[in-house]
Amino acid sequence: MPAWFTPATALCGLMFAISPFLIANAPYESTMGLVQKIFYVHLPSAWMFLIAAIVCGVASIRFLFRGDARHDRLAWAAAELVVLFGIVTLVTGPLWARKAWGVWWQWDVRLTASLIGWMVSVAYLLLRKYGGPGSDKLAAGLALFGMANVPFIYISVNYWRTIHPTTSVVPTLPTSFGLPLWFSTVMFLLLFVLLLRARVRLEEQRAELDELYLSVDG
Amino acid sequence: MLRKDLMVEVRSLEIAYTTLFFAVSCVLVFAFALVQEGRPPADGAAGILWIAIAFAGTLALGRAFERERQSETLRALLLAPAARPAVYVGKLLGIVTLLVAGEIVLVPLVALFFQAPLLARPIWLAIILVTGTVGFAAVGTLFAAMLVRAQSRDVLLPVLLYPITVPVIIAGVRATAALLQPEVDGEILRFWLALLMCFDIVFVTLALWTFEPLMTD
Repeated sequence: MPAWFTPATALCGLMFAISPFLIANAPYESTMGLVQKIFYVHLPSAWMFLIAAIVCGVASIRFLFRGDARHDRLAWAAAELVVLFGIVTLVTGPLWARKAWGVWWQWDVRLTASLIGWMVSVAYLLLRKYGGPGSDKLAAGLALFGMANVPFIYISVNYWRTIHPTTSVVPTLPTSFGLPLWFSTVMFLLLFVLLLRARVRLEEQRAELDELYLSVDG
Repeated sequence: MLRKDLMVEVRSLEIAYTTLFFAVSCVLVFAFALVQEGRPPADGAAGILWIAIAFAGTLALGRAFERERQSETLRALLLAPAARPAVYVGKLLGIVTLLVAGEIVLVPLVALFFQAPLLARPIWLAIILVTGTVGFAAVGTLFAAMLVRAQSRDVLLPVLLYPITVPVIIAGVRATAALLQPEVDGEILRFWLALLMCFDIVFVTLALWTFEPLMTD
């Protein structure tokens, strides 16, 4: 592991320990009240969900056309994080929506696109796990198609009316709301980088081990 | 390539019969589940037609490539002195022909069971069905071809295919539903049809582009 890994893990743990106090001390939002606080988890994890998906897609395309196994390991690690942060997003979202919109789920464009994106990444992991030999390339192809699909899902669902709050809300937030939000965003970003690094490292070691086995056999 | 597939298919008709019968059973199951006291659910016909097409399409895709795998002919095809994209296009056209043949039977059946005026505007319906089927088959053919070498391919095909083809299903159902209204809203119909065509173009291009690296061992 690189030298920064242990201090960064400690920092991330510390931030997770502090964050409940910061969130608890943030003022109540006037119309939604307590339930709005879930937003400090929902929004950062949704961003990490998106970042992980982009990392996975870009790494997959590079692997498909360059054939470098490093990109493949990165894509795999990122796909697992898509599923992880996707679960956080898809669980915290309905919890909030039940209070704010009165329904658990709405076939809104963001919700649908997130759900489909999450399903594609689950399919990616299933393919990696059960596809057998050669599934690395197939999975990369799936990631590529999944990326190409996003605009279509967006347009097709957007044709129904959308009620999800837009991202343009974020820069206009007052400091009292903004500070815990940015704090938890940094915290989640740190967590994302740490998990990604650890996961890539695991795959690197596996690949090394395989090579050693092969050299012993040979 | 298309001629070869069609010839094999016409001689045995195995996939055509099984797929068709499966699609008909699908429609029947929906009819039993949804038609209550002789009244079909409002606007149900479009959805049921597309579900039947998607299910039957998955089955046909799986079988079409299973046959290639059993006799190792896909390898031979890839070794043949034809461009890889030609192999893909041939397979795609074969699947589309098969599915369109199935739809010819499915449409009157759904119209009958769900009392929907599906046949009122046959030309529009045909355009929607063909563009939708091409989009579904474009993704399906590539994935099925990729999965030929993978384990547990029967389960993985629908798992991979359905999330990717969601826009096709949405657009197909919406366009068909718009067609079934007493007063057809031309604008809505054109929007969904345009989306289907864009999807077809983008995904056929992508598949042609990635077929080469994906099918190389």
